[in-house]
Parts: sequence; C-alpha cells; structure tokens
Amino acid sequence: MPVLLEAFKITKQFPGTLALDQVQLDLYPGEIHAVMGENGAGKSKLMKILSAVTTADSGEIRFEGNAIAPASPHEALAFGIATVYQELSLIPTLTVAENVYPGRLPTNALGMVKYGELFQNAAQVLEKLNVSVSPRVPVEILSIANQQLGEITKALSSNCTVLILDEPTSALTDRESDTLLAFLRRLAESGIGILYISHKLKEVFAIASRITVLRDGKYVGTRNKADVTPDEIIKMMVGRELGNMYPPKGEKTEHPLLEVRNFRLPTSEAHNTFTLYRGEVLGFAGLIGVGRTEPARAIFGAGLKVQGEILLHGVLIKIGSPKDAIEHGIGYLPEDRKAAGLFLEMSLKWNIEAAVVDAVSMHGYVSLAKERALADHHINQLNVITSSIEQEVRRLSGGNQQKALVAKWLAIKPKILIVDEPTRGIDVGAKKEIHFLLRSLADNGVGVIIISSELLEVIGMSDRILVIHNGAIVAEYDAQTVTEKQIIRSASGQKVSE
Amino acid sequence: MEETSLLSTVPAKHKPASSIHFLVRLLWVREFALILMIVFIGLALHLLTGHFLTTPNLNAIALGFATSAIIVLGMTAALVSGGFDLSVGSVFAVGGVTVAVALRAKLPIPIAILYGLGIGLLAGLVNGLLITKVRINPFITTLGMLGIARGASLAITVGTPIGIHAEDFLVYGQGKFLEIPNLILIALFVILIGNILMRRSVAFRQIYYIGGNEEAARLSGINADQVKTGFYVLAGTLAALAGVLLVSRFTVADPGTGNGEKLRIIAACIIGGCSLSRGKEPLLAVYLASSSLDLLITA
Repeated sequence: MPVLLEAFKITKQFPGTLALDQVQLDLYPGEIHAVMGENGAGKSKLMKILSAVTTADSGEIRFEGNAIAPASPHEALAFGIATVYQELSLIPTLTVAENVYPGRLPTNALGMVKYGELFQNAAQVLEKLNVSVSPRVPVEILSIANQQLGEITKALSSNCTVLILDEPTSALTDRESDTLLAFLRRLAESGIGILYISHKLKEVFAIASRITVLRDGKYVGTRNKADVTPDEIIKMMVGRELGNMYPPKGEKTEHPLLEVRNFRLPTSEAHNTFTLYRGEVLGFAGLIGVGRTEPARAIFGAGLKVQGEILLHGVLIKIGSPKDAIEHGIGYLPEDRKAAGLFLEMSLKWNIEAAVVDAVSMHGYVSLAKERALADHHINQLNVITSSIEQEVRRLSGGNQQKALVAKWLAIKPKILIVDEPTRGIDVGAKKEIHFLLRSLADNGVGVIIISSELLEVIGMSDRILVIHNGAIVAEYDAQTVTEKQIIRSASGQKVSE
Repeated sequence: MEETSLLSTVPAKHKPASSIHFLVRLLWVREFALILMIVFIGLALHLLTGHFLTTPNLNAIALGFATSAIIVLGMTAALVSGGFDLSVGSVFAVGGVTVAVALRAKLPIPIAILYGLGIGLLAGLVNGLLITKVRINPFITTLGMLGIARGASLAITVGTPIGIHAEDFLVYGQGKFLEIPNLILIALFVILIGNILMRRSVAFRQIYYIGGNEEAARLSGINADQVKTGFYVLAGTLAALAGVLLVSRFTVADPGTGNGEKLRIIAACIIGGCSLSRGKEPLLAVYLASSSLDLLITA
C-alpha cells in the first residue's frame, strides 16, 4: 500500500532550542498511528508543521509520494489534511450545522444562508459518521464529548484523507473516550489515515496499529503495537526506567480530620455524610458532570451554596468563601489549571505566594526577602524546572506549571488538600513526582482528597474510594481490593452485586 | 511564545555582548523609549516654535501634567484589575464644581474639600458596586457614570463656570514651596506613593492577581469584589482630588472640564503598557507616556 503522508527529516529551530531535529513519520491509509512523547518532546510542533500552522526550517512533507508545501492550514486542508486541536474551536452559540460548515454555508442569490439545505447536508454527514447529534442544536448545550465529535465531523466534512488529532480525550471520561475510540476505528476502516497524539498509554494501545515516540525534539523510533509493551514505550519516552507510578499506601489512622454531615447539593436529593481521616488519601470517583467535583468545591466555599455541616477536628466550622477555607488550612487545586488555577502571565514567584501574600508581607507591604525565600523553598521541594523564580508561568512546561500550582497550595501549609485532576495533561515523569508528593503529605498528617477521571490514578493513589453518582455517594471501597469494573458499575448508577 | 521574549527583556539581567547590542536592548525597555520620545518631541517643538523649552512654558506643562498624574494612578488600578473607568473625566469636573459651590456657600475650606472628594468617592463606590454586585460591564457602568457626573456638574452650575474668592484655598493650586509650585509637589507625592504602593503593597498585589486571572484569584482567597470596589472608589476619589486642585489653580470651576481627559488617560495607560504587562509595575512608564501625550497636546 502506498504511503499516504510522510514527514521526512523535519527540523525546526526556535531561538535557543532545536524544537524538532530531523524527525520522521509515515502514515498509511486506514491506519491509526499514535505519536507519543513527554511534554516538550515536539509532538504538537510536528503536528503544527503537518497542518501548516508553522513551517519547517528544513525537511519535506510528502503526500501520496509527492513533496508538498502548504502555506496555511487552509491549503493543508485542500490537500486533505485536517487537524483537530486540543482546544475546541467550535462557536458555542451557533448550531452544530453552522459549526460544521464554517465559511462554506450554502447561500442563495441574495447571499442569505439556505438553512434547510444546511441542516440537510449536516444531517447527512452526521448520519454517515454515525454521530447521534442533532444538527439544529447550539453547540453549547452538547457535552464535551459530543462537542469533540462535532469538531471531528467538521474536519471530516471537508472530505479529508488524513485526520490529525491532538489529545482528543483529555477532557473526556473513560466511557466517553471509549465511544470516541470506537468512532475513530470506524473512520480508519473507511480508509482515512489517523495521526493520534496522546499521553495515555492505555488508549494508544487500545487503538493504534503503530506507535512513534519523540523525545526532546528527536525521533526515537516507531514500533508495531504487537511487538512492544507499554513499559518499553515509557522507557522510549523518558529515556529511562520509571518504576512504579504510584507510591505505597499509607498507614491508617483513626483521627477524624474533616467530617462532612448531611451534605446536600441543590441539584440533588441525596444527603451525604463522610469522614476524612488524618494521613489519609480519599479518592472521589465518578463520571464528569454528575457532581464529582461539586462536593469538593462546596467544601472549599467556591461552589454552590449547600446544606450540611462541616467539622474540622471535631469542631463545627463555617466556610462561606475560599478565603475562609484557606484560613482553616484547606487548599483546593482546581481541575482546569489554566482557567482557574494559574496566573499565566505572572512570575512563578507571584503564583506560588498568591494564597499567602499576607504571610510574605509586613505591615501591608510585600517583603522581597520573604517572597524569594518562599518561592525558592517550594521550587526546590517540588523540583520545578525553571530559569528563575521571575519566569512567567506560561513559559513553563505543563508539568512544571502543575507543580507551581501545587506549590501555591503547599505554601498555605494545608491540613486538608483537595486535588481535582492533579495530573491532567502532564508527562509521566511529573505525574509520578506529584503522586509521591501527595502521598508524602498524607504521611505527614495532611488529609488529601483526590478527584480524577483516570480510574487507575484514583485506585493507585487512594486508601479509600467514594463513588459519586448524581451528587450522591453511592459506594465506598477499600482501594486495596477494588477493581475498575466495580467502580465503573457504581459510578454509572448500577446496583453493585458484591 | 518564544518569539515575543525580546519585548520583556530587561537589559540589566543580561551581559551585553557589545555596547551597540546593549543600546538595542535598552530601546526595548518601555521607560527608556518613552524618555527618548519625550526628549525628541521637546526638541522638535522647540526648533519649530522657538520658545517651547522655556521655563514658563515648561512650568505650564508640568502644572497641567500634575492633575492628570493624579487621575492616572486610579485609572491604572482599574485597568490592572481588568476593568476600566470612563467616568474619571467627568468626576474630575464634578469634584471641582462641588468644591466651588461649597466654598461659595462659605463652608470652611477643609469641609469644602471633603465635599469635593466625597462626591468622587461616592461616584467610585457606585461604579464599584454596580460592576461587582449587579455585574454590569465596567464599560457600560462607567459610561453611565460619565453621563451622570457630567450632567450633575452642568446642573449644579447651570452650565456656566463658577468663580471662587476663597484666598486661602488657592494655596494648593497656586502656592509655591522653595520656588516649586505646590501642585507639582502634590503630584510628585502622589506619584511616589502610588509607585511604592503598586510595587509592594498587598492591596495592589491583589488587584494584579484579579487582573491576571479573576477566578484563580478568588480561589486563592482574594475577595475580588471587595478589592475591585475599593479601587473604583480610589479612582473616583483621585479624579475628584484632581478636580479640586484644578479649581484651586484657576480659581474657577468649569463644568466642561475634563472632556476628553478620560481618553487621554486611557491612552497614556495603554502606551505605558498597563494592561499589556500585568504584574510588571508599569506606573513609571504610564507617567512617561502621560507626559509625552501632554507635550503633544500642548503643542
């Protein structure tokens, strides 16, 4: 079979770094080819060159054997190369159909949009792809998963032969991911070549036929899935053996740290009661959008007003705002680090001290010496790779950004730390470091609540797991013995047969 | 991202490879570029008019700059928080008009000044509460306040300037200390305090966090609504203070004062890099930008 798309010795230089160094890649029709690598390995850079968002300094892109040089994403699309980026680009208030045909709306002689025809065309495309979404609804009311499908439909509506996907499941639950992966398999069977960028080994092994690994902008190798194990791929990605991703579990204590009683979300009928013990890592598992995050936000005073009582060390406390929570020693690491966690344009130093500005100041003035000491301490503790504490956070890699956010919460010297998706979108090395750090906090008496859509992470990190469905705690498991299957069954509201 | 790094380069941190290299770097620093611009404009105007760089003329420019400088501090805070305040120009006028009316009513000078400042404080408070509690867009809110304050000054004065005769009041705008006009001293004082506050005070630090990422600021325990309201109050009060000083300088309160002032102030803040470099303490640059605009306008 002829090669569909080939990248040959692609090199791209940025001031100070060689982002891509003679990287190669080939894609056959009907194949799903995964591209893996840690953050900064050059995966996204390579994709941007293939979709002509940027151009390479040297090297060649070959399409069906001929060298091509598309000057813009538009030209790449004309060759049949469509790309779906990590950030969704749909316009929320417009309908699915309008989003699928942006700039290609059918119009009549007066230049008015022919909506009948538009909806009909869109319905046909959606049906052909077996996407059960109405073309007439506005995108904003769709789930993230369906928006993702809409995004892919948009890419495919241009009759592309190559589809490039950048971390398409980063915002999806396991179940939604499965639906998407099944969809991609059907697409590949129809002859489309798919380049699939992902961090997630499990997904890649479920879907790809070949895997290419990049590291530090260099091509490490391409393997057939059948000939390689996940551990070997990790070794190719990080250049060393990583060992166990999860730290050993902690010793149980019987000291209740946080007691939550008769806790009820306004969106739910259920009254929940649970206890977090000193030195414990408590996992919250559940599907996105069914109140997995809300209880945590409510405890932190950042969410909906809720009914119920919160006791800290056996004493009833009142939390009306994040400020109250922080004063009680409760920290909350939000799931979306860019939108709700970091001050991207500010320095690392300012980000770390954001929740404790009072502690680094005297008489209402920030002490330069104290803020430097605080930042230095946490950068060393967390092994944040940065040129200086003055570095703007947006210039750090994903893993280091996440560490900066963790540092902000360590700075309050928390008694309780709630972490929501603590390792989303970061590389395996940083992920492991954050896992071990959370466990060492617990070993020092902090109560940690971990919320994650990655079931393996919840099981690997927690001592106990609460499963949440529609705002109610529906099951409690010992993390030592629970299986993924049991959690999924409870999380989707099915009765559990023990 | 990497491509823009030159703009934020601070030369002091880098060892220049050569002196030319160093000069190129220096040009990227906003403050330096603005000083050059001011010198250049000044020289050009002097050559064109023949009497630009003379003491009386520069004095007049400095006095004009003094009132803007006070307003700039409040506007900078509003911009840094991610909002802005269109009403400063007309609050400036209503502050002046209020103090003039109070003086005409033979109120003691300190009380009259308090009235003037109070009206600015009130305007700022209304702005702040509407923006943070009722969640009206800052543009709409302060545009409304612009109309209200302008309307109020016109109504109070019935459209004609009010002269004042309180001799003791004029010391702020016309008096001198060691041959330096008091007005300039007051402005320098405000600039100095403002600069220190912006660099180091916890309150200003909070406004940077809010401007940087309001949601993250809230989750970091900052009471964003309270802080923002506080800074709109500051902006209003400072604008009124400038209005009071202007009346003291000219002995007359004109309800039309400050038309166009707001745009000049916003332009100064933006040229000074306010909203563009959050957390980088651009106040000096803002003042330099403000003075260069003043120069151009005077010309």
